[in-house]
Amino acid sequence: MTQRILDISDLNVRFATEDGEVAAVSDVSLHVNKGECLGIVGESGSGKSQTFMAVMGLLAANGKATGSARFGEIDLLKANEHTLNTVRGNRLAMVFQDPMTALTPHMRVGRQLTEVLERHRGMDTKAARAEAVAMMARVQITEPERRFAMYPHELSGGLRQRIVLAMALLCGPELVIADEPTTALDVTVQALILDLMRELKEKHGTGFVLITHDLGVVAGLADRVAVMYAGRVVENASVAEIFAAPRHPYTKGLLACTPRLTDAPTAVLPTIPGQPPNLQKLPSGCSFHPRCAAVFDRCRAERPALAEGGTLNACFLNHSVAAGGAA
Amino acid sequence: MWSYFARRLLIGIPTLLAVVLFCFFLMRLAPGGPFDGEAPVPPEVLANLRARYHLDDPLWQQFFSYLGNLLRGDFGPSFKYKDFTVTELIAQGLPVSIENGLSAIILAILIGLPLGITATLSQNSARDYAVSGLAMIGIVIPTFVTGQLLILAFGVWLKGTPFQLPAGGWNDGAFLNRILPVTVLALPFVAYIARISRASMIEALRTNFVRTARAKGLPYRTVVLRHALKSALTPVVTFLGPATAFLLTGSMVIETIFQIPGIGRYFVQGALNRDYTLVMGVTIVGAAFVIVANLIVDMLYAVLDPKVRYE
Ligand SMILES: Nc1ncnc2c1ncn2[C@@H]1O[C@H](COP(=O)(O)OP(=O)(O)OP(=O)(O)O)[C@@H](O)[C@H]1O
Ligand code: SF4
Ligand SMILES: [Mg+2]
Repeated sequence: MTQRILDISDLNVRFATEDGEVAAVSDVSLHVNKGECLGIVGESGSGKSQTFMAVMGLLAANGKATGSARFGEIDLLKANEHTLNTVRGNRLAMVFQDPMTALTPHMRVGRQLTEVLERHRGMDTKAARAEAVAMMARVQITEPERRFAMYPHELSGGLRQRIVLAMALLCGPELVIADEPTTALDVTVQALILDLMRELKEKHGTGFVLITHDLGVVAGLADRVAVMYAGRVVENASVAEIFAAPRHPYTKGLLACTPRLTDAPTAVLPTIPGQPPNLQKLPSGCSFHPRCAAVFDRCRAERPALAEGGTLNACFLNHSVAAGGAA
Repeated sequence: MWSYFARRLLIGIPTLLAVVLFCFFLMRLAPGGPFDGEAPVPPEVLANLRARYHLDDPLWQQFFSYLGNLLRGDFGPSFKYKDFTVTELIAQGLPVSIENGLSAIILAILIGLPLGITATLSQNSARDYAVSGLAMIGIVIPTFVTGQLLILAFGVWLKGTPFQLPAGGWNDGAFLNRILPVTVLALPFVAYIARISRASMIEALRTNFVRTARAKGLPYRTVVLRHALKSALTPVVTFLGPATAFLLTGSMVIETIFQIPGIGRYFVQGALNRDYTLVMGVTIVGAAFVIVANLIVDMLYAVLDPKVRYE
């Protein structure tokens, strides 16, 4: 039942730049079970995307990943390009963040879909075409036959986003990493897409990683949520716990920033004061301490580990009261 | 799209006119005249000559009569090659220059492009550095130096060996006589193309759509050839347009060094002799080539990028 599809442990991603090393991801351990959706939230630059770029073996040339990411029988971080290519797009797929630039401009979108099926399913052009058109319809693309022959620039952002999603789902992957998969969609289509993902999850046991800024989307689809701050996971808990009883001050801040329908229309959107830290020069101790309202001396000197304390979280406030907290 | 190209072609006409105007007056401003030969010409002969070529008419009158002839495809008589019209000289020289230029540009593409593209497959490797280094050398060494060096090597040092090549002389365009000049002509362009394609390929490999293609599990070769190459070619095409026009209209240096009867050499001769009409003729043909080449570049953009087709 709780079969792990992806098991990331101690993942570190470093980028070499001219003005020093960027610690984009630090000591991240996460896993996704079969039929489960793991939500990843956090401010811009907190390392959400790069964590999974590393998993896909798609870091930029100046990036380097250490640690391990087990996917079935292989460690994605140590696998060679050939092995990765038998997995990527096939059993493991990723939907990238920016749909406007994610498609090859000089190729018709249909071809960009069929090549996946030709590669991994060995389909001929005709069968691949039928399959691709069917998948386009499943992701709510109207007139899929006509759109099949179009170039990316002829499609709206929302349609491109759905093409990219269709591309990821084509081979029936065991795990889909979806990085902001619904940002360009209107609310109705977004709801239908989330329905489709839920159906895949429940009927086919597809695992999902859902990276998003939209806590509403997380609430709708995720089973568990990992909150990232400055390249680290600072809280990891079930979606119910995250929304009902968040433990980490940063998570609480994030939730406070989310507008609710019940808010008065004039209410000012609260934001977490301060800026996310510079990843080339992280603060000592708890990375969140310069912005934390509850900060105390120990926070500046020592880094809290991700440990049990109501939820799995990285804050001394919780560890001091819970048994098994970080020493 | 076709109306766009038609418009572009029409814009070429005023451009060409501007070239004619500019050249015409610039030539007349240059000191000396077509009859200042080594041996001084008696004044009465000179006066006769000047009258025959209408050189004493007001400048604007000369210009408009030249323009009128030009519209009829008549570039006027050559001042120096008195038995020929400029049209005849160009008709003789241009095919020679085009043949050499075309061979050189094809050679440059066939070598430069694979060199530049494959260098990126292993960025910062020894092979990559070798390509970049060679390209740099090819760009900085001028052709009159490489030309002389190759003549020295293949015409002098290797004389008597099977590698000897005719160094200079045209021999009616025999294959062996073409090898050295075409090579020298091609070398800097091999270098430029390698450099440009390497840089644009690196750029293309960083795009989000190449990342998407890799995320599909496509083999790297497919990613490069199917997804990255086309967008990497755009800057190469941009460069190739004017470069081809330049090569087809004859290299002055190389045609002079290797004594090739192309229009580049006529240009040099014409300029030295103040052969107004000859210089003008060659310049106008050159300008027309540049205009057409840029038009072809625009068409190729449309082939490479479907977005352009609709704009
Ligand atoms: N090639 C690179 N070189 C240097 N730094 C990089 C590189 N790629 C990413 N980074 C840095 O890594 C950090 C984490 O980036 P990441 O894309 O994971 O953020 P994110 O959490 O996905 O943000 P967003 O919500 O904006 O997508 C950022 O600060 C980013 O600037
Ligand atoms: S460890 Fe300290 S600084 Fe960090 S979140 Fe907890 S209270 Fe705030
Ligand atoms: Mg991101």
